[in-house]
Amino acid sequence: MPEITLIEYDGQTHIIEAESGKSLMQNALDNMVPGIDADCGGGCACGTCHCFIEKNWGEVTGASEPVEDALLGMRPDRKDNSRLSCQIEVTDEMNGMIVRLPEYQM
Amino acid sequence: MNTTNELPNSKTTPLDQFDLSDPRLYEQDAWRPFFARLREEDPVHYQSESPFGPFWSVTRFADIMAVETNHEAFSSEPTIVIGDLTEDLPVEMFIAMDPPKHDVQRRAVQPAVAPKNLAQMESLIRSRVTAILDDLPVGETFNWVDKVSINLTTQMLATLFDFPFEDHHKLTYWSDLAAGSPEMAGGNVSEEERLVGLTECLETFTNLWHERKGREDSFDLISLMQRDPNTADLVERPMEYLGNLLLLIVGGNDTTRNSATGGVLALNQNPGEYDKLRANHDLITPMVSEIIRWQTPLMHMRRTATRDIEFQGKKIQKGDKVVMWYLSGNRDESTIEQADDFIIDRKNPRHHSSFGFGVHRCMGNRLAEMQLRILWEEIMQRFSHVEVVGEPQRVLSTFVRGYETLPVKLHPL
Repeated sequence: MPEITLIEYDGQTHIIEAESGKSLMQNALDNMVPGIDADCGGGCACGTCHCFIEKNWGEVTGASEPVEDALLGMRPDRKDNSRLSCQIEVTDEMNGMIVRLPEYQM
Repeated sequence: MNTTNELPNSKTTPLDQFDLSDPRLYEQDAWRPFFARLREEDPVHYQSESPFGPFWSVTRFADIMAVETNHEAFSSEPTIVIGDLTEDLPVEMFIAMDPPKHDVQRRAVQPAVAPKNLAQMESLIRSRVTAILDDLPVGETFNWVDKVSINLTTQMLATLFDFPFEDHHKLTYWSDLAAGSPEMAGGNVSEEERLVGLTECLETFTNLWHERKGREDSFDLISLMQRDPNTADLVERPMEYLGNLLLLIVGGNDTTRNSATGGVLALNQNPGEYDKLRANHDLITPMVSEIIRWQTPLMHMRRTATRDIEFQGKKIQKGDKVVMWYLSGNRDESTIEQADDFIIDRKNPRHHSSFGFGVHRCMGNRLAEMQLRILWEEIMQRFSHVEVVGEPQRVLSTFVRGYETLPVKLHPL
């Protein structure tokens, strides 16, 4: 089970034992990590599970697809390392990954 | 459209004789069994004749999400309501544009309603809500729609535009004109009144634009448009300026206004839920989402097929109108448990279709939630019961699910 660190905007840190094969969004919800709203339930349709993948982990998570990219484009706080966590399937290679959560979801 | 006939029987009428565009279905609140049958028997349904021409109805939650996230096949142009635009006022607005043009225009105004900006407005909103509530008559019957819902949302809108506060009632009027066209949405506003009123709206906002030029530090919607290079010259394109203004006015007004009324009605129809709320004010946050689902203030959005496409076994042809019924998605039992019931402590209250999905998903959703949260926090500080004492009068529309009146009586704590 890969260990993933999620850091809220105010610095609160949550280290979770993630389950491979499930999305990062679902893992965050299952572990009651605040800051991921996931309004649409993981359908890449709302943009409220936005997160930032810490540098050096972008290769493991891969890049965003066009639909995800379009939703991210609507975020005022988008950065180069922005992703929707529902579109990242957790794998064992993500052990040690650090993910930062945004100030707000919308 | 024959408006003297009674509505058809939802159980015995053949599906091909349903007219889902008949605004009386919504004015009389008779739509539930019609959509329940469609979800069950023909969830992607073709209606070959209607006053708005033929159209497809998409009625299940998952299918609505699928259509709305496929903007390549299902375009938001030329318009997003069931009826087409009238020729006398060919407005353009970003809700009715596809990427990439949509994206640049929306990005210009989105910061105004980002939670970061909203947090700075919270105390102002709260002071306006308390002023409205403290001014209400206790123990006598009055219309909640006028005195609270309209007042609250229009004041908020005036704040967002930094619109002259003493004229804020004009925003309500323009909102009603914009959404009330019979050709576009089955409403009952005359075209002449609409044209005159909306021309005045454009003139007023054109003057505001010029007066405001050069403000560097303001986060009002007009200043944001002026500062963004993509919209800095919007005033030179009057139909596009007007279109986007109307989008923001209707989007920030007709919607939350009706949720602010719908919540009172829902709690009165479900006294057990009202008791839960009285016992635990922490339920206000999930309740707000549940109110927005239960009310579904905008009942549909329309797309137009850009090519022939097979969808759920149906052959949709290029140019066909495809109407996504959010109202029906929010009652879809395959996605939402006990979907017909109003449950304020529901498990996943944010999982609803009222805000739509994809790049057009409601931009002001966090503002709407904040306004309703503050409203209910302040109501619960003052009144033990906002009692509904008569039947609501509903809006005649295929688009806005709203209320003209809701008679209530207040009981103090």
